[in-house]
Amino acid sequence: MNENNNRLRGIDITALLKESAIAALVALGLTIVMLGLRTVDTTTGLGITTRWPLVVLAVVSVFVGRLLFALRREWKAGGQPVQRDRKKAEHRAAIIVQRFSTIGGPLFIAFALALPLLPFADRYVVDVATYVLIYVMLGWGLNIVVGLAGLLDLGYVAFYAVGAYSYALFAFYFDLSFWVCLPLAGLCAAGFGVLLGFPVLRLRGDYLAIVTLGFGEIIRVILLNWYSFTNGPDGISGIPRPTFFGLELKRTAAEGEQTFHQFFNLDYSTMHRLIFLYYLILILALFTNFFTLRIRKMPIGRAWEALREDEIACRSLGINPTNTKLTAFALGAMFAGFAGSFFATRQAFISPESFTFIESAVILAIVVLGGMGSQVGVAIAAVLLIGGTELFRGLEEYRMLAFGGLMVAIMVWRPRGLLAHREPTIKLHSGKAPPEEVIKAVTQGGMK
Amino acid sequence: MNQVSSIPPELVIPSGAEPLLTVEHLTMRFGGLIAIDDVSFAAGKGEITAIIGPNGAGKTTLFNCITGFYTPTVGRLTLRARGESFLLERMDGFRIAQKAHVARTFQNIRLFSEMSVLENLIVAQHNELMKASGYTVTGLFGLGGYRKKEQEATDLASYWLDKVGLTPLADINAGNLPYGAQRRLEIARAMCIRPTILCLDEPAAGLNPTESHELNKLLNYIKEEHDIGLLLIEHDMSVVMEISDHVIVLDYGVKISDGTPLYVRSDANVIRAYLGEEETEELPPEIIEDISKDYDPDSIDSDKGGV
Repeated sequence: MNENNNRLRGIDITALLKESAIAALVALGLTIVMLGLRTVDTTTGLGITTRWPLVVLAVVSVFVGRLLFALRREWKAGGQPVQRDRKKAEHRAAIIVQRFSTIGGPLFIAFALALPLLPFADRYVVDVATYVLIYVMLGWGLNIVVGLAGLLDLGYVAFYAVGAYSYALFAFYFDLSFWVCLPLAGLCAAGFGVLLGFPVLRLRGDYLAIVTLGFGEIIRVILLNWYSFTNGPDGISGIPRPTFFGLELKRTAAEGEQTFHQFFNLDYSTMHRLIFLYYLILILALFTNFFTLRIRKMPIGRAWEALREDEIACRSLGINPTNTKLTAFALGAMFAGFAGSFFATRQAFISPESFTFIESAVILAIVVLGGMGSQVGVAIAAVLLIGGTELFRGLEEYRMLAFGGLMVAIMVWRPRGLLAHREPTIKLHSGKAPPEEVIKAVTQGGMK
Repeated sequence: MNQVSSIPPELVIPSGAEPLLTVEHLTMRFGGLIAIDDVSFAAGKGEITAIIGPNGAGKTTLFNCITGFYTPTVGRLTLRARGESFLLERMDGFRIAQKAHVARTFQNIRLFSEMSVLENLIVAQHNELMKASGYTVTGLFGLGGYRKKEQEATDLASYWLDKVGLTPLADINAGNLPYGAQRRLEIARAMCIRPTILCLDEPAAGLNPTESHELNKLLNYIKEEHDIGLLLIEHDMSVVMEISDHVIVLDYGVKISDGTPLYVRSDANVIRAYLGEEETEELPPEIIEDISKDYDPDSIDSDKGGV
């Protein structure tokens, strides 16, 4: 038998116990205040009661849990030190991602197209799907700025707000329709993108993030305080709905006009409008997607990615960093503007409260979790984060806990995002990657 | 010959070649520090001009002035190529590469590591492709002969990939290449902007003797086949002495010697800069070469043991 009593199948039990004890100690430190003490209202003021059994329960469960976790880990390794072939695992993951991106993309689109026709698609489902698609579109838009050009933008919601308010205000002051305002809103947002772009051209990384964060707040504060123009915190209500090629989606039409259901001889249903809005945002989102996929293969798209990699090298190759950055800001902002005007027309009411910093954070989280630059990844992350939080609505205040837990889990398992795999935009050899021997021979060989 | 006599002595090119880049009274100050002090020289067409000097002599600062990363405090930088002349000190950083086609590489390699090898070379042709794509507008719809231009860009890229022996690795990420291959790729990328002058900042640093020898061959090939000027910062004296036509020596921001490799090697000023103020004229050049190599911690030389 093994001469060391503390070893079982080569597993060092003492070490495991020690590891679990440390984890339990950390749990004790955390729970002693958070669970152990509780404030209660007494007749004389605020008193404190204790809940020690809860603390004991938490500490014991952490100890046992950690022990089981560690045992499983050691058991798998068979007592040998854990060796992870990271490169191989990454390579395998890359292949899976590559396959998934090529098959998954069209599958997603097909599912999204069919969704309102599926039997389980009631009001709630279509509404949530519309909401998710807004974030998919925002994620894809921000992906141009953050994923491709590598400019960390924490104030993206500002452009969303500009889009929403420009539609609302154009409709309010000039009585313009949604279809006229949509491009106008995109242009306005792009203009603001350039406006923000100019002062931050020299900034990078953290500094850029801080300034964009400030910009996002400036826009919100202006909307809040310019009462005479934007109606301040009261918001703008009665924003007109979009028409279907001139047909209104209402129960009764205005004088001399037809409604959608009259024209198609249908019974009136509020679902028509919901489904119409759903398809509208789906088309807008897919437009964003195809635009991004296409522009990635254009010189400007490659210059964005090069700028993300190394700005100094870009300058040495004669790429104008100013124009390149400004186009990234402007185009990213333009899509936020489109999404914003859709948001305004869907809600029919907007107020500055919809455009707080947390929105920017959520959109950025979608891009980062999805895998920077990955279109399918961003879509999945939006479904998980936005759809997920809707799904957990029943959990009430624990909803944010689920949200946070999901983010932590993704960052632990896939630190570079769900689908972080980049396909070159142009290839010399159409086949697969060269075999190892070729790489070796070439790297040791040299030049002609 | 009359023309030659009118050239100030500091701008004379030993081989009598036509000047490509003329640097006159270049001074670069950073606050109170004078990194380059009144340096003048000329680099010839179709020649390799090496700039050498001890660490901190101002070689890279000089490069940064020529390639537009710094704006010189004083001085004039004139580039005459392809029937045009450019005053580089008056141009914006990136325009020097865009308009005057001055290409450079970096001491610490600066590739786009998350992009493929081929993409690195395509990005280098950004300005031409940008024009062909109608500044993205017509290119988005596949109009205006963008596709044809992109094919031409790919052809130029494959030509240089072939020259640096990286064709089979064209589609892998540049960051995954080994060190020596990254150095070669950086030179290929610089060549893809169709340069008039190629500035190389320590291209042989970290290369083994075989790779260093291959590099010499590549640089000679570029010089002869493409008829452009090369400006070279190098610590590896075997590279400098073997391939350069003209050597300029800097020390503490001042030009201390200028001439053919043979002349510079025996110049008392150079020996003093590398070895100190002692009487060292008697030392034969081979020993000086060896010691000066060892003096520099960056250069890796394995053909001779330590002294």
